[in-house]
Amino acid sequence: MKNLEGRIGTIILWLLLLTAPYWMPLFGGYTGLGTRVLVLALAAMSVNFLLGFTGVLSFGHAAFFGLGAYGAGMTIKYIYASTMLGLAIGVLVGILGAMIIGAMIVRLRGVYFAMVTIAFGQVFYFVAFRWSSLTGGDDGLTGWKRVPLDLGVTQIDILHNDIAFYYLVLVCVAVCSAAMALLLRSPFGRTLLAIRENERRARFLGIPVDKHIWMSFVCSAAFCSVAGALYAYLDNFVDPRAFRWEQSGDFVIMAVLGGMRSFWGPLIGAAVFVVLQDKISSVTDYWMSILGLLFVLAVVFFPRGVLGVVKRKQGL
Amino acid sequence: MSLLDVRDVSRHFGSLVAVDHVSFKVEPGELRAVIGPNGAGKTTFFNLISGLFPPSSGSILLDGQDITTVPAHRRVGLGISRTFQITEIFPELTVRDNLLIPVESAAGLRLRPWISRADRVKVADRVQELLESGGLADKAERLAGELSHGDQRATEIMMSLALQPRLLLLDEPTAGMGDQETRDVVRVIRNLHKKEGLSIVLIEHDMRVIFHLADRIMVLAEGAVLADGTPAEIAADERVQAAYLGSAE
Ligand SMILES: Nc1ncnc2c1ncn2[C@@H]1O[C@H](COP(=O)(O)OP(=O)(O)OP(=O)(O)O)[C@@H](O)[C@H]1O
Ligand SMILES: [Mg+2]
Repeated sequence: MKNLEGRIGTIILWLLLLTAPYWMPLFGGYTGLGTRVLVLALAAMSVNFLLGFTGVLSFGHAAFFGLGAYGAGMTIKYIYASTMLGLAIGVLVGILGAMIIGAMIVRLRGVYFAMVTIAFGQVFYFVAFRWSSLTGGDDGLTGWKRVPLDLGVTQIDILHNDIAFYYLVLVCVAVCSAAMALLLRSPFGRTLLAIRENERRARFLGIPVDKHIWMSFVCSAAFCSVAGALYAYLDNFVDPRAFRWEQSGDFVIMAVLGGMRSFWGPLIGAAVFVVLQDKISSVTDYWMSILGLLFVLAVVFFPRGVLGVVKRKQGL
Repeated sequence: MSLLDVRDVSRHFGSLVAVDHVSFKVEPGELRAVIGPNGAGKTTFFNLISGLFPPSSGSILLDGQDITTVPAHRRVGLGISRTFQITEIFPELTVRDNLLIPVESAAGLRLRPWISRADRVKVADRVQELLESGGLADKAERLAGELSHGDQRATEIMMSLALQPRLLLLDEPTAGMGDQETRDVVRVIRNLHKKEGLSIVLIEHDMRVIFHLADRIMVLAEGAVLADGTPAEIAADERVQAAYLGSAE
């Protein structure tokens, strides 16, 4: 994003995000919908950190999404009622899970990697499903609520004020996307691009490929578990479906829809996905087929995604 | 002590013996050529030295230290760098980034999540230097995959040089190049050898290039060493002529 167009695009994007609660109602949206877009966009961006910028497809990121979600919810429910503590613990649990799973699968490539990530995600799903005394099982984890933020001098009531919660989520997305962007522009980030481009060449430039993929996997999972924790806060509720492979698949669809070579593409993908889901599912039950069709069209006609097309038109 | 000392290595692929009890030394500052007909095992031999896969038997020493089981990326750190017969670059990155990555790797920065201004300047200067000596300065912002074949080969050679190797392995660097491009590459290689005293092992099919550059030549045939000597000795060797030179000319 060295170029001017890119910079202007990013500024416009942030202006839109910053003012979303005020213009969305004009187009039939509501604040909760915007918040949902942000949360899922963060998850899709985290998946894309791995897919678009390391060249590794994970079909199991719901594992870390779910760990973040349950970690946050269970912290508030069982340990201490603090939104920030819940978030922190959710993310720590997600990172720990990713470190262990990552170490076991990092040698696999391509389809094998994707398959095994699905399997690990499903393991968490069954644990959450079965261990109902702790997780609420199929009914989900209920009986807790996100807590107003106490800043000492003042309180921010993110519980009752949807707009305040939107901005909390936006701050988290801003921090995470800044972290991702900085990482990708660092020497470490360039080794990830190198691995995406040509793993063999990367190895013969002195880069220990498996180790760097592992680190990228853990970073990506960390951002995904932030999204998971925020997702739990969205409705003060989590259920085992947060872990399911369909959830992972949704993230991949969002990333591919928006354009996996572009940094903000997954956000656009998530917006398309969530708005379609919201608008079409109220009209017809077949919204998934419509989305599927859209996805196929996108992959066939715009292999670089929505943003990729815009960029190519500009000759970038 | 030899820089590289390959002792009696073999490599099997199933029942195929791709490299058959080859011993081979490279002295510091030497330019060694490896020749042989298609399928003789030259590339496989490079793969063993650079660590793409381990030999089935035998050992490989660098500076007298056994590196037979050292993984490929660490051999790079020890000073072995290579190019591939089929160009291996980063096609969707700019030429500049293609060179930046190995420069940062060689500078020990690869794990850094940030980079200081001083390092950034140092690294950028080095990249510029490489761009210029590879004749790529005017193409620095192009995507490497969009360059001509010859420029892609040059990019790959400069990438391996960015690692500041002590031993450079070049697998048919002039393959598929026109006359002018071949001359450019030969000039770069000769400079590296004569001016910077770099030790180089070169696989080549172009006899003019080899007899022009090499201090010593090893001839492989069906995985085994057919002959090993100075260009004059090799040119005079009847078995080599029968097995290789005769058919090539
Ligand atoms: N990874 C591999 N698996 C199986 N067989 C292999 C492998 N690599 C090489 N071979 C076989 O080993 C033999 C030697 O191949 P190699 O590529 O080393 O020859 P070469 O001398 O480099 O030939 P060329 O001049 O065509 O590049 C060939 O018969 C090849 O098919
Ligand atoms: Mg070969």
